[in-house]
Amino acid sequence: MQSGIDMARVNYGSAIREAFVYLLDRYPKVFVIGQGLWAKWYVGNSMTDLDKFYGTERIMDSPVSELACTGAAVGASLCGYRPIVVHPRMDFMLYAMDAIVNQAAKWSHMVGGQAHPAVTIRGIINRGGEQGAQHSQALHAWFAHIPGLRVVMPATPQDARDLLIASVLCDDPVLYLDDRWLYELEEDLPPVVECPLEQEGSRVVSRGDDVTLVGAGYSAWLCREAAAALQQRSISAEVIDLRVLNPLDVSTVIQSVEKTGRLCVVDGSWSSCGLAGEVIARVSETLSPRKLLGAPVRITLPDAPAPTSGFLEKLYYPTLDTIMETVARLVIREGVHAKAVD
Amino acid sequence: MDMDSFELGDLANPRCYTEPLDIGGCDPVLLRAQLRMMLLIRRVEEKIGDMLAAQKIPTPCHLGIGQEAIAVGVSEYLRPTDRVFGAHRSHAHFLALGGEVTALMAEILGRDAGCSRGMGGSMHLWGGSVGFFGSVPIVAGTVPLAVGAALAAKKDGESAVAVVYLGDGAAEEGSIHESLNLAAVWKLPVLFVCENNLFSSHMHISLRQPSNRVARYAEAHCIQAATVDGNDLVVVSRTSDDMVAAMRDGGGPRFLEVVTYRWRGHVGYREDNDVGVNRSTDLTLWKRRDPIRRLVDALTMAGGWDNHAFHAMDEAVKTEVEKAWQQAETAPYPPASALLDRVYAERH
Repeated sequence: MQSGIDMARVNYGSAIREAFVYLLDRYPKVFVIGQGLWAKWYVGNSMTDLDKFYGTERIMDSPVSELACTGAAVGASLCGYRPIVVHPRMDFMLYAMDAIVNQAAKWSHMVGGQAHPAVTIRGIINRGGEQGAQHSQALHAWFAHIPGLRVVMPATPQDARDLLIASVLCDDPVLYLDDRWLYELEEDLPPVVECPLEQEGSRVVSRGDDVTLVGAGYSAWLCREAAAALQQRSISAEVIDLRVLNPLDVSTVIQSVEKTGRLCVVDGSWSSCGLAGEVIARVSETLSPRKLLGAPVRITLPDAPAPTSGFLEKLYYPTLDTIMETVARLVIREGVHAKAVD
Repeated sequence: MDMDSFELGDLANPRCYTEPLDIGGCDPVLLRAQLRMMLLIRRVEEKIGDMLAAQKIPTPCHLGIGQEAIAVGVSEYLRPTDRVFGAHRSHAHFLALGGEVTALMAEILGRDAGCSRGMGGSMHLWGGSVGFFGSVPIVAGTVPLAVGAALAAKKDGESAVAVVYLGDGAAEEGSIHESLNLAAVWKLPVLFVCENNLFSSHMHISLRQPSNRVARYAEAHCIQAATVDGNDLVVVSRTSDDMVAAMRDGGGPRFLEVVTYRWRGHVGYREDNDVGVNRSTDLTLWKRRDPIRRLVDALTMAGGWDNHAFHAMDEAVKTEVEKAWQQAETAPYPPASALLDRVYAERH
């Protein structure tokens, strides 16, 4: 860490709250709307007591109306406001698909760039704990498919804070997707420096030579943990955190695979037509097969809804062990000392 | 009508409300300006219909010929700082606010000079300078957006209002009920204008809802509502004036149901007499309830106005429409770069 900068240790959930505080303090046109905002347990520690500090007119707990609340936020954004819609569980957000996909995503284009819905839609991925099929979904790939939306998935406390600020200050509609499995993750944070969202993209978060590991959100965290553990086995993994899924920029992945010759993409959602497949496709379109030392692999959910039974849940989600075994097979099968052809 | 009723009664009967309008107490200068706007809307839409028939317009167009009094009446007391949203049949909503005819025609032809810079066509109109915040063809799609625009207006605290036009079919969408509830519980200044023309595409309202009076939904959400003859400019103007004034004073949302009939089919230039339901008898009768003719008759009876004056106005309007069409037809298309440049506010 750099010296001379005030650092503060916070976890992912409270980093999100810091972003809200930062925005609400400085930008009077920011308001927040969604279900559970006046309750203590809907959104973990990520919004605690904001209603008490900023008032219930800026922190608006809402009726059970995902579509109208999201649509209203889109409408308010067309009138100069910068609303943040909070969906404490992404599954319920599906009621709001028209407002997100038909309206917000299309608005700028279909009115000739004369109006932009500067709305941020926060969807929380909240799964595990035997919550079952309708309380577990990570549907980031759906939104990454839609031109006109921006999609961000923070994997670290700093990104949880800084990407939320960048999302809200961006003139485009942004899906900000955070993950309850990361809320306890801690990091020392420097003071906020505002950065335009359109300049943010994927990032190499640890260097390595043998294999490129790619993920977003919680999967990026898994990749980092796996890379650290793989070092014990003398496998050097380079980890790339995608951070922004739409517009998706995989240039860092391509550069990395050019070096390592091996690619493993981890995604905590389904395989078919998903994020992992998209990353692999783009790398395959760009890199000559001669650069690859093995076929790219993806680690995703099985193509089934989330189970409720804890026994089945353990089989369902990608784990550190799965990633390490897969990577070890990829590297050892192809020979750890083999080098890509220039 | 009996507002406790779940039925429209005579308002849906084309044999009723065919007499000249009661224009007592109205400003004749204003009435003539409103007549001209109704006539302009009709001639624009007739021209669009002709050009659709001539296959000069590929984009789907939903014509509202026969419904002109509604947009003209509702727009009369709106300000450029208000926020108006439309739907799929919104040419009139755009024009009545003062949107330019050439910009509409150019938009329908997909030209860069169009009101949406040629990116929207007939179904995605935008007119920020006149307070037209956009129209979309997803049924009820703009209704929650208008609720949000009203929320923004309330936060601004400057007595602006939001207006959203919807049809009787939109009332069957779930988002309407969420939107009515939000507007009511947060007392937002939004006027829901339901143009009940008794049809959703080919389906008569009797096949879609257990009652034909849509305002009952607003009343169920504790929103003050009125159901009036949508082909009576005077009644529509007065009712919306009262409602908008109450909303500007913090009175919360209002719901105005205006009963009318479209003379053309759901989409395109044809009258569609044979689509699903045979409309020909009703259509003939509804044409006698013509909002323009009823105002012209009233002005004539009141004196100082005659056929000659009407034809002079009509000729001037037709000339304006022809000129606008010719300008639009020769306007350039958007640049190829528009395809990607207009997706996001900032290129990435």
